[in-house]
Order: sequence, then C-alpha cells, then structure tokens
Amino acid sequence: MANSTLLSRARTERATGTPVGQGRRLGSHVVLVLLALYFVVPLWWLAVASTKTNAGLFGGAPLWFGSDFALADNIAGLFSHQGGIYWIWFRNSFVYAIAGGVGATVLSVLAGYGLAKYRFRGRSVFFALLLGSVMVPMTALVIPTFVLLSGMGLLNTMWAVILPSLLSPVGVYLVRVYAQDAVPEEVLDAGRVDGAGELRLFFQVVLPLLRPAIVTVLLLTTVATWNNFFLPLAVLRDPNLLPVTVGIYNWQALSNAGAGGEQVWNLIVTGSFLSVVPLVIAFLSLQKYWQGGLSLGSVR
Amino acid sequence: MSSVLSESKSAVTPGGPARTTRPTSKIASRRQRWGYVYVAPFAAVFAVFLVLPLGYALWMSLHNKGIATAGRNVFVGADNYVKAFTDPVFLEGLWRVLRFVLVMVPVQVLVALVAALLLDTLATRLSQVSRLLIFVPYAIPAVIGALMWGFLYSPRFGPAQDLFGLVGLTAPDFLSSANIFGSLVNIVTWQWVGYYMIIIYAALRSIDPSIYEAAVLDGADRRQIALRIKVPMISSSMVMIVVFALIGTLQFFTEPQVLRSSAMGAIPTDYTPNMYAFATAFNYSQFNYASTLAFSLGFLVFVGSYLFLFLTRKQSGLK
Repeated sequence: MANSTLLSRARTERATGTPVGQGRRLGSHVVLVLLALYFVVPLWWLAVASTKTNAGLFGGAPLWFGSDFALADNIAGLFSHQGGIYWIWFRNSFVYAIAGGVGATVLSVLAGYGLAKYRFRGRSVFFALLLGSVMVPMTALVIPTFVLLSGMGLLNTMWAVILPSLLSPVGVYLVRVYAQDAVPEEVLDAGRVDGAGELRLFFQVVLPLLRPAIVTVLLLTTVATWNNFFLPLAVLRDPNLLPVTVGIYNWQALSNAGAGGEQVWNLIVTGSFLSVVPLVIAFLSLQKYWQGGLSLGSVR
Repeated sequence: MSSVLSESKSAVTPGGPARTTRPTSKIASRRQRWGYVYVAPFAAVFAVFLVLPLGYALWMSLHNKGIATAGRNVFVGADNYVKAFTDPVFLEGLWRVLRFVLVMVPVQVLVALVAALLLDTLATRLSQVSRLLIFVPYAIPAVIGALMWGFLYSPRFGPAQDLFGLVGLTAPDFLSSANIFGSLVNIVTWQWVGYYMIIIYAALRSIDPSIYEAAVLDGADRRQIALRIKVPMISSSMVMIVVFALIGTLQFFTEPQVLRSSAMGAIPTDYTPNMYAFATAFNYSQFNYASTLAFSLGFLVFVGSYLFLFLTRKQSGLK
C-alpha cells in the first residue's frame, strides 16, 4: 500500500524528474531565483545605464533610473558622434554574422551529411582529423592567418573576417552525428529506387529531416561570428570595417586613457546595450529550437 | 537497475548492425563518391584556414627574420622554442592560465550542475523563467560582458559601494592587482554557466524517469538519486563541458584584454600567453616568435584536452 502510493506519486511527478517535498521545493526555488538574479542584474544595470547622461552615470543610484531619461539623446549621440560610425559597425556586425553564420552552416551541413551517409575512400581519416581539429584552439590560428591573409592581399577587407569564420569543425561534427540517425538508409534507398538523383534526394528528403541540426548550427556559428573579437582586432585597421565589438572596445580604451572630450561613457553604455538586443531577442524567440538542439552532440 | 541502465545505453547507440551489410555493387560504390562532392567545400576551407595556418605557424616558428638576416627568413631549428620555454613571461602566463583552469573550470561546472539539477526537479513557471534568465548571458558578446562588468566593478560607476553599504561594509577594489583574478573568474562564470547548464539540463531530461521510480522503490532519497543516478548518467555531457571550459580558459584573451584599460596597471599586456603572443605580433612585429608562442600554446591545449579525454574515456563513452 505504502509502496503503491509512493509509486503513484513518483508517476504524477514524473514531469518534474524526481519527487520533491513541499519545503524542499521552496528552498530550491529560492536558490534558483538568487542564481537568476546574479545573471540578470548586470544586464538590468546596462539597460538602466543606457538611459543616463554622461554626468548621470557618475552620480545617483546605479541600479535605478536617474532624474532625466536620456535614452533618445544617447541614441541621437550615436548617430552624430564621429559621423554615426557606430551604425556602420552595427551593420558590419550583421554582415559578418550572417555571411559567416550562413556560410559555415551550409558547409557544415553538406560535409556532415556526406560523412554520415557515404562511404568514400579517406572518410575515416578525414573524420579523425576533424575530431582532432575541434581541440585546436582557434586563437592559435589568428597570427598565422593574419600573415597568410596579408600575403593574399585580403588584409583589411571584409573577407578577412568572413572567410576564416566559414570554418566550423564542431558544426560538421554535430550534423554528422545527427544525420546518422535522422536520415535512415531505407528512405534514401527508396528514393533511389524511385529514380531520384543524389542531389534531388539531398534537397527534397535530407534537408527537411536535418532541420533541427541546421537551426542549431546556424545559431552557434552566427553567435560565434557576432561575438568574435580576436580575429577582427588583428586583421582590420580601417575603422569603417570594424564590427561593433571591436569598435566599442576602441571607444572604451580611448575613454579610459583620454581627456574629457574623448570620454563618451554614455555612448559606450548605450552602444553596448543596443548591440546585445538583437541576439537576446533572437534567443528568446527561437527558444524551442535551441533548447533541445544545443545539446545535440552531448546526449550520446 | 543495472539492466535498465545498459538497456537505455544501447538504445542511444546510433545505426545498429544493418549498416555493416551494405550492398557493394558497382553502381553503389560509384555512388559513394558523391561523398567527395559534399565534403569538398568544407575540406577546402579546412585546408586553407586550419591546416595551412597551422603548418605556416610551425614553419615560421622554425625560422627567424630580422635586421641581422637582412629581412629574410633563416632556418633556426628549435631556437625559438628554447627561447619560449625559458621565457619567464611566457611561463608565468602559462602558470596563470593554469591557475585560472584550476579555479574557473570547477566553479563553472559546479554552478551549472547545481542549476540544472534544481531545474530538473522543478517544472514550475518560475523555474522556466529562471532557466531563460540564467542562459541570457550566453547571447552577450564576451567584449560587451567584460566591458559591462568593468563598469560594475568601477568605484566611479558601479553599484558595489551601494550594495556593500547596505550591510555596513566598504566594497573592495575589484580592479586592483590583488583582486583582478577573482574578478575575471566572476566574468567568465557569469558568461558561460548558462550554456553549460542548458547542456546538462538537456542530458538530464533524456534520462528515462522509470529509473527514478525504481530507485524510490529501493528507498533512495533525493540526494542519492541526484548524486548516484543523475550525475553518473550524464557523465559524457560533463566531460564535454569540462573540455570546452578547458580549451576556452587556456586561450584566455578577450576578458583580460578588455578589462585592461579599466584596471589601471593590474593587467599587463602579457597577462596570458595569448595576450603575450598578440602583443609580440602586433605591438613588436615579431611574427616568428609570436607564431612560436601561438603554436606552443595550441599544442599544449591540444595535448591537455586530449589527455583529459583519454583519462575520462570511461565516463564519456569515447573509446
């Protein structure tokens, strides 16, 4: 009897993983909320600070709004300071993230599917190389890549950021692992019996089956390019080509070193705030895709 | 219970035996060559932007160029490596990132594990919102994250003075040489825990709940279920996270580089090996020595993570 009630309780609480007592639940919630606060308060500070004037940033309560709400003035300031270069950086970040993200995803999907479903010569050697390359730190490549790009005459062009961003060994690995199970041989063979060519199979049968992996890889590679700092810092000199990360970094270094006229703290804060908005919105609205997808490679 | 475990394990093994008996007719084997078509574009990028830079870095590290050699590269063998591994600046940087690994990796993994275990036992609205909030910093570029924390740490802008004042304390100077280590650990933890938590959480959700029922019947309590069942069953995800964190920490660059200008004097240009390589290349134009430093660091990271994967091959299921 006691056993069966325990069992039924375990069953009704299946959705929650393990049975939990009421008091325990309260404690767990408190810990969780404290954790969430730790992760969110800095962003709250950023949002509030972006509504303050340069002077307002230094006085008053840091975690609450100041006497004047200067967000619009700050945004106008971003349009006028140095000829509105901030928005050029913003556009550059978009170009880099989309070109790098989409390009890397296309290459990863093709290669991952090829490695998963075709048994060509050299396949296992290539896959072993790929696995090894996941452990090669990308920053170790920046300095030689700089010299190589300089030899190709690509230094200080958009290509210098986009081309190296196309490389995503992790993306290939994720697609390969996912395609192994998600694309059954029987489906491919049935298509071939019906006379479909390999390319038609790929576009009409395989791509729809791979959708979750594609979204995940697209998200990972886009975020990686958007966040990239070391590579553009090294290969770009022209201020008009910088992504927003490097541009704001330069403003901050100037403001810390420079005199009053160069101290644009309000613009740095507002610029930082605006630059995180697109990705935060993307993540919140694409929740159902990435929540399962980010763990693709880890479940097995 | 062991039978349940082994069953659920075999259920996730991909493919199955059907694959080994492929038809080997001529048409079929010709079809396999389509694999080259699919892999070729990636292989080209792989060759140009991974193999070539690595090979070139190795080549440059074995040569030297300067006024003495009339601006031409001259083969010097292992000279640069001898210099690097007796260079106190490089060694100190290595030792520093190693200390970061020893502190930062366990802290991140532990916080992520606790958060994921809590989320796994609670399925309330509040816990779902918390999960999202904990994850959000992953969407923030490292530069912006470091910059923001730089402001928060700053005695001029930050709320630290107010918050510490509430309990009658004075805030420490987070940006002083004595405290910068902990301040950096905090930034990286803030940035990455959410991502690791999501990975662990997804792995926890994929465990068959009937195992918990069996454990409850055997009289296991909550802590035992967490420590003896959940944690061992997600060990492969844990290993993966530690490898990610390890590789990332050894390459430490962005956060100290960004915080440098706020933390007057607490972070030198050669604080980490990567910063040292960057400064050597771009401030002093010593590309041969910079390549040596980058290649040495890359090699150590590779060996380190490979060694870790080898030592944990039982836990991760990689053989």
